[in-house]
Amino acid sequence: MPFWIEVIVSLFLLLGAFFALVGSIGLAKLPDFFRRLHGPTKATTLGVGGMILGSMLYFTFLNNELQFQELLITLFLFITAPASAHIVAKAALHLKIQHKAKHTETQDDANAGKKKAKAKAIEKPESNAESAE
Amino acid sequence: MLSNVIVICIAALSLALFLNLYRLIKGPTLPDRILALDTMYINTIALIVLLGILQQSLIFFEAAMLIAMMGFVGTVALSKYLLRGDIIE
Amino acid sequence: MKTRKRLIPHPVLSLLMLLAWLLLNSFSMGHLVLGSLLALAIPYLIQDFWPNAVKVHKPLQLVWYILKVLGDIMIANFIVAKQILGPSSRLNAVFFEIPLEVKNDFTISVLAGTISLTPGTVSADLSKDRKRLIVHGLNVTDIEGEIAKIKQRYEAPLKEIFECCPT
Repeated sequence: MPFWIEVIVSLFLLLGAFFALVGSIGLAKLPDFFRRLHGPTKATTLGVGGMILGSMLYFTFLNNELQFQELLITLFLFITAPASAHIVAKAALHLKIQHKAKHTETQDDANAGKKKAKAKAIEKPESNAESAE
Repeated sequence: MLSNVIVICIAALSLALFLNLYRLIKGPTLPDRILALDTMYINTIALIVLLGILQQSLIFFEAAMLIAMMGFVGTVALSKYLLRGDIIE
Repeated sequence: MKTRKRLIPHPVLSLLMLLAWLLLNSFSMGHLVLGSLLALAIPYLIQDFWPNAVKVHKPLQLVWYILKVLGDIMIANFIVAKQILGPSSRLNAVFFEIPLEVKNDFTISVLAGTISLTPGTVSADLSKDRKRLIVHGLNVTDIEGEIAKIKQRYEAPLKEIFECCPT
């Protein structure tokens, strides 16, 4: 395999690993749920996309035939990542609103509030289902 | 050169997985944990792709594809449970 | 209200399914035949669940739109990486609502997906009457400007591609 292919593949892999790491750092570091949502949906998805592009290029030159299969994973991730982010955000909003409706006092600490809402959601799944309709 | 790069990438992804694990354990809310699991499966796909390059084998592609599909279904099912208190309506 | 079954309800979907089948397996005449059979049979069997076929009015614009969004995703990632690695106290995170002009379910999902993948915004919820999309921005100071940008850059082309009325 020529050297310059190795360089390009390495660049793709390093870029992908960097973005995947940045997404995870965002998940661990940022202060509240909706800010954490941004890291994984954008950075991690592109990170994996970059790695798969690198892998595709590598196998194309290793076997001397075109390898497009792995593009399917990237395509699938790019379609599903926004969908899963949307539904997780919707669930989080739902829990928050439910909590606000039950406790009318103002909440300045969103995290403490969400913890209570979580306990409620586990205790009363039936009331959860009713209010969703 | 490529093998060194792959080792660096695997180290970065392992660190990423540990950060996700931290968020998974610490919480503080259920959506946070779902998001951590979601990120974990995406990072695992990247790890498997790297393993495929290291072993020079195309077999790992199918495993990565399956994880991508099952992970998405899992995330949606968990969120659905939070939204409705039930998965199948 | 049973409508007459069409033989090929979603031609574009059938083509995409055949393509995906050939990508998953290696290309050969046998797989071409098997894939074609599956790509014709599955849309025929599920058409009762999916009555409104998606119509692409301007395929060329769709390609241009996809390229534009891919470019924006790259830029978005560098911006988000900078924001994540920088001090997080400086981020100005807000919720805002975008009034929707598009009405088709499919178009709304494409718009929501695009918003989630592009700079600093994630779509969080759709209002019950399907007229407003709730969006969370990671670092937005000018809400009006952000709404105008999304409407002009993504919603207008999508409306033209999927919903334009032939006159």
